[in-house]
Amino acid sequence: MITLNHYLFVSGALFALGLAGVVVRRNIIIIFMCLEMMLSAANLALVGFSRFRVTDGLPDYAAHSLVFFTITVAAAEVAVGLAVIVALYRTRQSVEVDTITRMQG
Amino acid sequence: MPSFLFYLFAAITLGFGLNVILARNPVTSALSLAVSFVGLAALFISLDAYFIGIIQILVYTGAVMVLFLFIIMLLDIQKEEAKRANTAAVIGGVVLAVVLTLQVAAVLGVFKEGAVTTEQRALSMEVASKREDVAQVKTIQKDLAAGTLPDAKLMGMTLFEQYGFHLQAIGLLLLVGTVGVVVLSKRESPGKPVV
Repeated sequence: MITLNHYLFVSGALFALGLAGVVVRRNIIIIFMCLEMMLSAANLALVGFSRFRVTDGLPDYAAHSLVFFTITVAAAEVAVGLAVIVALYRTRQSVEVDTITRMQG
Repeated sequence: MPSFLFYLFAAITLGFGLNVILARNPVTSALSLAVSFVGLAALFISLDAYFIGIIQILVYTGAVMVLFLFIIMLLDIQKEEAKRANTAAVIGGVVLAVVLTLQVAAVLGVFKEGAVTTEQRALSMEVASKREDVAQVKTIQKDLAAGTLPDAKLMGMTLFEQYGFHLQAIGLLLLVGTVGVVVLSKRESPGKPVV
């Protein structure tokens, strides 16, 4: 049977995948996608905990609200982040993180 | 929800998630992420979070991924050249992911409270209809009496009754984000200061 632990494991594995992507890939857009994946993994854990914390016959809707806010913030973050990437591409003609070294000591 | 559906959607979520990091072509990555998010939305719906599942598809697969594809095609990003990925980064990333997954698995192995099924934590519309806050709203009461979970209505009730200020703050954040994108995307004309 499917338990809360199954969902939490999927959430953890998805987060690990996103983390690996952020470390391994050099294309800044892919790194950004992996960040979204990690946010979604956290959402899955929240919804899972909410469903298994039944109070008065209903799941915990405070967690659902938090997920709703996370998704909204992620959408705003994507819009601003992609605008930054476009601005970066204009000056560098590249989206590889290796080429962005100006702030290295 | 039958077990095999959970495994199917978990496999879709994780498999296409893996393809995001493995694919050399950014367009493949973006489309894989879209499919991965559809699988995740199915998992949300299996947890009786219908509203969140639909929002996940609408916002992530519908809006965010289209934005990603739009930017990838606008910038005309080619496949990463033949130069190999940084070996140290690859080893570091894989080790980090494996260690984190093993750690999660180890913690879940001793997490007794997590070994409950949805049947053991069944939702009860009859019990829910006796709640005070729910009793005031007729449409929710009607749905509960009919034995269905009014997910979106309860969501709306929670958002507007308990998190009204937060909702407005989020609205302001979206406005600021929109203005920020316009400012960032403005092409600077020479000799003229930005903004």
